[in-house]
Amino acid sequence: MGQRKIRVLLAKPGLDGHDRGAKVVAHALREAGMEVIYTGLHQTVPSIVKQALQEDVDVIGLSIMSGAHIPISRKLMQLIKEENLDDKIVVVGGVIPSRDIAPLKELGVDGIFPGGAYFDEIVQFIKEKAAA
Amino acid sequence: MGVATYIKDENDAIKEVILQSGIKVKPVYTPEDLERVGFDYEKDLGNPGEFPFTRSLHPLGYRSRNWTTRQYTGFGTPDQTNERFKLMIANGQTGLNVAFDLPTQMGYDSDDPMAEGEVGRVGMAIDSLRDFEIAFKDIQLNRIGSGLTINAVASVMLAMYQAMAEKFGYKKTEISATPQNDILKEMVGRGAWIYPVEPAVRLIGDTIEYSMTELPRCNPVSVAGYHIRESGCTPAQEISYAFMIAFAYIDNVVARGYKAEDFVGRFSFNLNIYGNLWENVAKFRAARKLWAKLLRERYAVQDKKALFLRGIFGGGGSGMTKQQPENNIMRGAYYALTAALSGAQTTALCSFDEAYTIPTERAALLSLRTFQILMDEIGLRDTIDPLAGSYFLETLTKEMEGKILEEMEKVEKMGGMVKAVASGYVQAEVSRQAYEFEKKLQEGLVKKVGVNEYTEGVDMEVELFEYNEEWANLQIERLKELRKTRDNRAVKESLKALEKAARDEQNVMPFLVECCRNYATVGEMANVFRDVFGEWTEPNIF
Repeated sequence: MGQRKIRVLLAKPGLDGHDRGAKVVAHALREAGMEVIYTGLHQTVPSIVKQALQEDVDVIGLSIMSGAHIPISRKLMQLIKEENLDDKIVVVGGVIPSRDIAPLKELGVDGIFPGGAYFDEIVQFIKEKAAA
Repeated sequence: MGVATYIKDENDAIKEVILQSGIKVKPVYTPEDLERVGFDYEKDLGNPGEFPFTRSLHPLGYRSRNWTTRQYTGFGTPDQTNERFKLMIANGQTGLNVAFDLPTQMGYDSDDPMAEGEVGRVGMAIDSLRDFEIAFKDIQLNRIGSGLTINAVASVMLAMYQAMAEKFGYKKTEISATPQNDILKEMVGRGAWIYPVEPAVRLIGDTIEYSMTELPRCNPVSVAGYHIRESGCTPAQEISYAFMIAFAYIDNVVARGYKAEDFVGRFSFNLNIYGNLWENVAKFRAARKLWAKLLRERYAVQDKKALFLRGIFGGGGSGMTKQQPENNIMRGAYYALTAALSGAQTTALCSFDEAYTIPTERAALLSLRTFQILMDEIGLRDTIDPLAGSYFLETLTKEMEGKILEEMEKVEKMGGMVKAVASGYVQAEVSRQAYEFEKKLQEGLVKKVGVNEYTEGVDMEVELFEYNEEWANLQIERLKELRKTRDNRAVKESLKALEKAARDEQNVMPFLVECCRNYATVGEMANVFRDVFGEWTEPNIF
């Protein structure tokens, strides 16, 4: 990977406006030496994928608090496939009950970090995946 | 989360306690502390019901009137929500606090592509007056007040509430609705904003102006420090930002030629409880006092009742944890105790399952019972402001007052809240606080049971509210039917009149009421404003 910083797009898809978690994680990833691009609120899946392309990121992170994490992730994974972006690391965080972790993994989400996940855990996961 | 930071020695003895607002707590307080902070009974407290109302708004507090309980309620379709409303009222709840789904909050109809996956999920779906007629069927609107948790399109919902009540035969002068209607805090926290700052504040001014004469029992604004606190600010900042936001709305209406005295008495606040008990009680007492003082100083308000800091003090969701969720029942009980010790007029609790999703019926009823046990069994109605006179609490109340004024000063220097939000200053400060706090939690300087200590043992599983995608289909069918059967010409004409009023800077409220009566949809009305005002772009704070 050389000297290039890991680039992360942190996105808030859908209508949910609770962005405390997304912003806190943005601070933490930046402190861990990553480049973080925050989309702001009310994004659609196509606009997120477009920004991921434009910004040439390594990681797409979704923050979802409304409970709609499965339909939104499904849509994202489909579009990623269509755009041949399968190499991107996809992580999802937010209010995610444990019973939804397996279905999200099945959709192809790489990492799932429910509220309360430790910064170190997220940082390490991304670093390892990016190095692989 | 939100508890104090504890510095301990190797034997677990506490060396230092630092409250989130930055105040250090001493191991012992004596009369000397009261002297140090210049405490004066008459000036700082006064008797309950007397200026500056630190102790209570009313001379007899809970003795004369029990608090109002208002659990946040709403999910799925209006029919389901109506059933839940009735259940809560039958169980002793005395007000409603209406939850709308995200499409409604964001001004989208249920069949809008933006609404996909969200219809009826975090609240009930409302598309038109027809849905309101179902949701509020058989509710006594002249007796039960309704909080409407809606902001960007609060003007639309207040108009719809009036149209609905009139349809049911009530007079508009006898209904009591409290739309949240606080867009500046949406821009700082919560995020359900649509329009740019200036027109969004103007819409709030319109609802306040309209309510003065047309809806005298409605409280057109509930300034919600609550959500800014949820987003991470300190308890002192919560009050500072709420007050600065309230001033922005007052100034908008004063600029129209009214006196603050004539409308500020209808303002209410929505404030948060979680974390340290003492800091919260001191916060509320300091807030009641400061609000009365500042209204006198800034706006020369004289009428006693117009100086009241009225509102809902509610147990905050940020205190609740996903881990060991049943612990949240105990947390909720302590938050309710805090509310009672603070003299809350109205209260609500996040239910124990709300770290996951909206509450089940059982969880919502448990919250209601929590309040009832406090008031009827434990003795919280016995005497007013029972902690008054404590060396510690009175010192802390004075110190909180200082912190609140300090934070207000910072926003004042930026030219007020409208500017401080437009520039992103407040958002950056709040997210910095949130990050600093999260770091402390992860480092163990701040403790949270079941999160960073006592994590082992029972991994409790709770029954969760299940969302059903079928509700969205039902709602969409009903909406399609409505579009076919209503008088579409009348809809079009009233929307046109609304657009003209919006452009000509006339008060939009009478025009919205007319649109609602014609069964225009929330999306149609919100889109008129989108066309005229445009949409807000968040300042980039990273």
